[in-house]
Amino acid sequence: MAFIVITLIKTALIAFILLTVLAYLQWVERKVIAHVQVRMGPSRVGPHGLLQPLADVIKLITKEGVMPPHANRFFYLLAPFLAVFMALISISVIPFGTQITVGRWTTMMQLTDLNVGLLFILAISSMGVYGVALAGWSSNNKYALLGGLRSSAQMISYELPMSLAIASPLLMAGTLSLREIVNSQAGYNFGFLPKWNVFGGPFPQIISFIIFMIASFAETNRVPFDLPEAENELVAGFHVEYSSMTFAGFFMAEYANMVTVCSIATLLFLGGWHPLWPVEYGSNFVASLILFVAGAVCIYHAINPARPFDRYTLPVFGVVFFGLAGVMLVPFLVPVLMPLFWFLAKCGFLLFVFVWIRATLPRFRYDQLMGFAWKGLFPMALLNLLITGFLVALES
Amino acid sequence: MPEALQALNNGVPISWYLVLSALLFALGVAGFLLRRNIITVFMCIELMLNAVNLSFVAFSNQHKQVAGHIFTFFVMVVAAAEAAVGLAIILTVFKNRATLNIDEISSLKN
Amino acid sequence: MDIFFFLVFAAIALISAVNVVLQRHPIASALSLIGVMGSIAVLYLLLGAEFIAMAQIIVYAGAVMVLFIFVIMLLNAGAEERRGRSWTSQLLGIPALLAFVALIVYFVQRGFADAGNVKFGNFTGGSAQSVGYALFTAYLLPFEVTSVLILVAIVGAIVLARKEMD
Repeated sequence: MAFIVITLIKTALIAFILLTVLAYLQWVERKVIAHVQVRMGPSRVGPHGLLQPLADVIKLITKEGVMPPHANRFFYLLAPFLAVFMALISISVIPFGTQITVGRWTTMMQLTDLNVGLLFILAISSMGVYGVALAGWSSNNKYALLGGLRSSAQMISYELPMSLAIASPLLMAGTLSLREIVNSQAGYNFGFLPKWNVFGGPFPQIISFIIFMIASFAETNRVPFDLPEAENELVAGFHVEYSSMTFAGFFMAEYANMVTVCSIATLLFLGGWHPLWPVEYGSNFVASLILFVAGAVCIYHAINPARPFDRYTLPVFGVVFFGLAGVMLVPFLVPVLMPLFWFLAKCGFLLFVFVWIRATLPRFRYDQLMGFAWKGLFPMALLNLLITGFLVALES
Repeated sequence: MPEALQALNNGVPISWYLVLSALLFALGVAGFLLRRNIITVFMCIELMLNAVNLSFVAFSNQHKQVAGHIFTFFVMVVAAAEAAVGLAIILTVFKNRATLNIDEISSLKN
Repeated sequence: MDIFFFLVFAAIALISAVNVVLQRHPIASALSLIGVMGSIAVLYLLLGAEFIAMAQIIVYAGAVMVLFIFVIMLLNAGAEERRGRSWTSQLLGIPALLAFVALIVYFVQRGFADAGNVKFGNFTGGSAQSVGYALFTAYLLPFEVTSVLILVAIVGAIVLARKEMD
């Protein structure tokens, strides 16, 4: 009984935090792309544009939803539902940290630890194709159909190098459960070099990490593989006929997929929640150091404000950052907050790479994209798997 | 009442899984014989294969061996290969005859 | 608890299977078939076959059915026309169908009444490790033969479906 209540509380908490993160991930993306392009991005709605996601949600909810004529109504409404459902359900097996104890209840920071957790993630990402394909077909629009077919073909083609790239650290960890895979990356070689899968083991998994990142760009339809859904190609592809909340659904599904693949990359290759250097050398203070520096920067810019209202908003941010830095130092919270911080830091860094690449690279043509998957990534991933398997078999 | 609760706690009889498998297979056969669209006929074949897979896994649970799972794995592989080739054949037939109605693809009939 | 999950997902499987047979548009049949495969995957999980359950979703629901949906979309298959069915066939057919279903249920239930019970967790031999071990030791020959089979299928599908090179 307590198990059910605790799981429900965890589900509600993770769902709420995830949806907020998705909204603010869009803010981060717009700000980062703007600063890369030497402009400011959203800065009018709230201080530094922080209320922009709220304004966007209000706009999307209150917009009129226009359904195209002669479109199959049931499938037209089913497609974004499928996309969002598959995108959100794959968060349920991702471990965010170690144990957490509240009062007399102890629980793991994960909704469920399936012992085929990794296969579950692969299964859900295979099912994510249906949202796109159905959206393209049910819009009764030939551009949407072409975009939907192209996008689905791209997603299923890149599933293969992704699965092979996942299989290599799997061979090294020897288990399909995500928590066990992270636990197998604990410890340090030579006292200071972490035993993450991307550095250590019989064969450093750098190649499969790169292959996994490239394949996940294609799986989530992000630049440079976003030909099927870009606004100036094929008239925005499969979601051209969707407006208001259904469009928001596809948007949310794309960001949730991004969060999922970054989390999987963190867990499989970058050691999950294990810190970069051992605790004896002070890795527990990194979080409070970063927050302290952020607070100091805010206070400095409040003293010499670039805009008049910065004098009032930036000190508030500075005080909040100092408070968070203090929270990170509380002794009985450290064992819970530190793994969570390292996991979020690595996942956040990978998300930043996603946004950075969107701001930097042009997009591939469709035949270049498909040729790259079948003729480039797939043989490389296969070769990597062969070498890893050979070295693991030699070792045991 | 306690025996009913005890029986509820005992799990599901394996014969129920076999009944479900038989019903799904019968539905697959019915669809295979009744439908006119080639692709729907093909989907009913897949339904029959799924029903058989369920049977295999149920028996594997009864005898506590993994052989049923292995056979299910092979059935899945064969079904995937057959689906690929079958759909390619359907594409070719459609290119030549522009119809998906199996009643009209009867040129070998006299 | 087991009985509750079995009944719910068996009902979903049966209703979706009936939908596959009865729907007129192939896309609706395809989506119902995906529903059947998903609920069968949950039944596999109840039977302790966790690897096969995930393989079912990855291979069947995630690849084979995508292929079906692609072909339906490419060929623009429309809804079938409704043909007239005589009253007598409907009057006789539905009770005959129900009688046939009752016969199946009775005979299968009677034949396997003492086959034991399935409780979630009473069979732990369905993990990826045990399936993989069996595949690479006792069933190695069929495994390698299926890889040749898949190669033949790939070559056949590409040859059959390519455009004519003039």
